[in-house]
Amino acid sequence: MLHEDAMTRIDAKFAALKADGKKAFVAYLMAGDPDVETSLAVMRGMPAAGVDVIELGMPFTDPMADGGTIQLAGQRALEGGQTLQKTLDLVAAFRKDDQVTPIVLMGYYNPIYSRGVDRFLADAKAAGIDGLIVVDLPPEEDVELCIPAQAAGLNFIRLATPTTDAARLPRVLQNTSGFVYYVSITGITGAAAPKAADVAPEVARIKAATDLPVIVGFGITTPDAARDIAAIADGSVVGTAIVKAINEKPVAEVLEMVAALAAGAHSA
Amino acid sequence: MAEDGINSFMNGPDENGRFGIFGGRFVSETLMPLILELEKCYDHAKTDPSFWAEMDDLWKNYVGRPSPLYLASRLTDHLGGAKVYLKREELNHTGSHKINNVLGQILLARRMGKTRIIAETGAGQHGVATATVCAKFGLKCIVYMGAHDVERQSPNVFRMRLLGAEVIPVTSGRGTLKDAMNDALRDWVTNVRDTFYCIGTVAGPHPYPGMVRDFQSIIGRETREQMQEQEGRLPDTIVAAIGGGSNAMGLFHPFLDDPTVKIIGVEAGGKGVDEKMQHCASLTGGRPGVLHGNRTYLLQDDDGQILEGFSISAGLDYPGIGPEHAWLHDVGRAEYVSVTDDEALGAFQLLCETEGIIPALESSHAIAHVIKLAPTLPKDHIIVINLSGRGDKDIFTVAKHLGFEMKV
Repeated sequence: MLHEDAMTRIDAKFAALKADGKKAFVAYLMAGDPDVETSLAVMRGMPAAGVDVIELGMPFTDPMADGGTIQLAGQRALEGGQTLQKTLDLVAAFRKDDQVTPIVLMGYYNPIYSRGVDRFLADAKAAGIDGLIVVDLPPEEDVELCIPAQAAGLNFIRLATPTTDAARLPRVLQNTSGFVYYVSITGITGAAAPKAADVAPEVARIKAATDLPVIVGFGITTPDAARDIAAIADGSVVGTAIVKAINEKPVAEVLEMVAALAAGAHSA
Repeated sequence: MAEDGINSFMNGPDENGRFGIFGGRFVSETLMPLILELEKCYDHAKTDPSFWAEMDDLWKNYVGRPSPLYLASRLTDHLGGAKVYLKREELNHTGSHKINNVLGQILLARRMGKTRIIAETGAGQHGVATATVCAKFGLKCIVYMGAHDVERQSPNVFRMRLLGAEVIPVTSGRGTLKDAMNDALRDWVTNVRDTFYCIGTVAGPHPYPGMVRDFQSIIGRETREQMQEQEGRLPDTIVAAIGGGSNAMGLFHPFLDDPTVKIIGVEAGGKGVDEKMQHCASLTGGRPGVLHGNRTYLLQDDDGQILEGFSISAGLDYPGIGPEHAWLHDVGRAEYVSVTDDEALGAFQLLCETEGIIPALESSHAIAHVIKLAPTLPKDHIIVINLSGRGDKDIFTVAKHLGFEMKV
């Protein structure tokens, strides 16, 4: 859906991974949890730890698709004074040293709507953001943000889920770009681990309908799981486990854990 | 009424679930297929005479409808102005208007083959109604209720448990209705295949706002008929309290195309609608945003983060409002005002003393506005208040505010 000459960092990254025959490792953290300095330090360490795409959570008071860990991370960030502007500034600070690693903002629509879609898109692009995942914007609401985002040169990454049936799949894929995020379970983030054998046919079903990479997330917490899931898709996402580590451990140890997860995914 | 339907206020929502810019379907992909299935199922049911025959039978024999339209003569005399009628929804089985809607949704859930019902509740009235109808039909029922509300509405918590429901206290956020709705949505996303989410108000993703309104519109339809019988004409003003706005929408909707009928929604002003934001008056003190599946007026900060509401009444303690109210507000068909906790408490006591009726704190907000309004109007002006619930559940809260020690 993007203009043909408008290749984003996401498109470039997946093209490079494909050329190397490698699977992608996508890592999530919550912007501003517990403070901006920690977020920036973790983000700066992530590419060297093997992270291919950084998913940066935008805190929201009412994260309806998230489990307790990510909800509390968002609350900590908000209590620490995190705002959408500070999240954009965080990305701009990261971009000073890294022009390659794709960053996807993930969150809910209201803070974006509140800022104004056009203003948000211009600011996000200027800050160096490459894609958006907005949980509460299904294809039925594409005119709100999806279409304007792609016109502004940002990927709009869609969630496909176990309830997305064959009749609906084309609609879900229609205006999506960058990659497809397959939600491995019906549930919230940080819930039960998916079985690779159960996920495999679902991923195959989606891949048969699109040329975009299909990345799988929700419930993946260990290097083995990151590997098993990446093996049946184009990559795997870890969120809750990393958010938990950031809350419990110093940055260096967080990055060690991230490196182990990335190694898992890359060994697939 | 507008015969051609073109200039009607009653046509919404459109095929995308919008009332003007409000409403919509802002939910995660996991829920989207189910929402579409629900819409299809409801579209079919609402044109199926057997569905409404079953509803009518249950409304009559299980709920006790029609609820009376009662001339509150001592209250009228006390206020010394307009003639005040009460639509007695508090006399329904379970003590509020909530059951009107629950019956409709549970019949739909049965048609869809769903076996597990979840609900959110604030004051507990919707939770009790849902638990009741689930008991009647032998369905598993899980009710999410903010931990703060569990505490201030303990009689209703016990009622739900007696009725076989599992009540899950929600501790996230400030532990009120908004947080209960978040957790209900999380449950739904997790158990989407066998679970039906019975939303208690005219909010949430399409088709809920229109569907819940349709089920609640029995209130306004009966009021029209009863007013014709008793006064031979339409009322001049209709007034209802608003949290999410289901009792109000139910009363208002059948009158939207009657230009002589003035429509007033009363929001919870808490400690006062000012910059301290200790209130739940979304229309008076909020601005448009997206939460819980719909675009509507929300209490939020400059960064689009949702603020906690504040109200003495657990049932009005919600930072949003149904999208159809947001639209009626913007197009100017209905007027929205707010009253404070103290005014609502005063109204609560006045209705007890003048009419021998203990109103819910939610409904007391509507009465409080009429206490201000009626004396300014002539004696031939007819006001209808939706007395949406009874106040037995609130006596502990009221006792506390009046400094009365009550032993449980």
